[in-house]
Amino acid sequence: MLREASATTRIPAFLKSNEKEILQEWLKEQTGAPTFRADLLKEKDLREESHAFLGALQTAAAQGNSIDDVGGEGWSGVKDFLSDLSRSRAQAGFTPSETATFVFSLKQPLFSMLRKEMKGDAEGLVKEMWGASVLIDKLGLFTTEAYQSTREDVISRQQRELLELSTPVVELWDDVLAVPLVGTLDSARTQIVMETLLEKIVSTGASIAIIDITGVPTVDTLVAQHLLKTVAATRLMGADCIISGIRPQIAQTIVHLGVNLGEVITKATLADAFRVALQRTGWKIEKKDGERG
Amino acid sequence: MERIPILKMGSFLLVTIQVDMHDQLALTLQDDLTAKISKERSRGVLIDISALDVVDSFIGRMIANISAMARVLDAQTVVVGMQPSVAITLVELGLPLEGVHTALNVEKGMALLHRRLDEVRA
Repeated sequence: MLREASATTRIPAFLKSNEKEILQEWLKEQTGAPTFRADLLKEKDLREESHAFLGALQTAAAQGNSIDDVGGEGWSGVKDFLSDLSRSRAQAGFTPSETATFVFSLKQPLFSMLRKEMKGDAEGLVKEMWGASVLIDKLGLFTTEAYQSTREDVISRQQRELLELSTPVVELWDDVLAVPLVGTLDSARTQIVMETLLEKIVSTGASIAIIDITGVPTVDTLVAQHLLKTVAATRLMGADCIISGIRPQIAQTIVHLGVNLGEVITKATLADAFRVALQRTGWKIEKKDGERG
Repeated sequence: MERIPILKMGSFLLVTIQVDMHDQLALTLQDDLTAKISKERSRGVLIDISALDVVDSFIGRMIANISAMARVLDAQTVVVGMQPSVAITLVELGLPLEGVHTALNVEKGMALLHRRLDEVRA
């Protein structure tokens, strides 16, 4: 029954003859909806977008593409348009419902058009309405999916950026490097920290590296193991490693968990660690007499 | 047969590994080095592995073994110039080479050897 309805659908013809009214009513529908974001979208842009979408819809439907075959080739124009729209809306900060309303709000104008055009043919009206409803639902779902994938892209990009941002290796002094760690340590991050630190040791010839974990919120057995690995690798390269910035709670956790930090030098603050590092590299800092420091 | 040369510098021995290490080569080096230490009565061994970019657990253990053997023969061992990737691999393999002394390059390794010897003598 559905196939039959879509095969003989008159929607394309109606769309063509009623284009102006539909666009008008659709715009009214969109701007009147509680999901309309006047702050993010100008009415003029919306009109252009709506017009373009109606055009694409008309073309696809007029080419004889079956309405229940939205996944097919013939609808690619409409779908490309919708993915672009979803992407731009997702980036502009629209919510999923606000984005999907663009398509769903077309239902009302479409239905009233059908009612007007098919007056007196109850059987035909039901068929056409069903066809139109299925089409709009599918396109709406597609919009939401496109929106979702855009957001996922954003999330994964941010994750990557965060990973790069969070592992700087700084030179504190001749022969002394420091790695201020901020955020939770997992194996992927430890790997990056380890690699960047070791590369930096090779390029600077540093003999002491200080790993500061003031910014690490929790230290569990896994994190401690990651830290120990980094220390061991540093030692293999021929440099010493000091772990600093151990907060009282973390010291307690480490002991309660039974983590053995072995012979790793640990200091409460970065300043203490730096002092040790200077001592080891043979530097001495003196305060000038009579000057306030 | 392929061999890794062992150079004598005063009371130290210098080993530079510049070819891909395979198991037989490692065993030969172990033999040669222990023989040379006892013959020359060397006090220190410096192994430069900066050209080595692939290690497996066998080579890792061999490095630890050589160091332990040298210690038994009263010589200090310093491994220098380990590549970052090698260091990470060894740690991931669970071979942190606990008893082995390390240095970043030959120069620092030599300084470390001298320091170690002074400590031992004192």
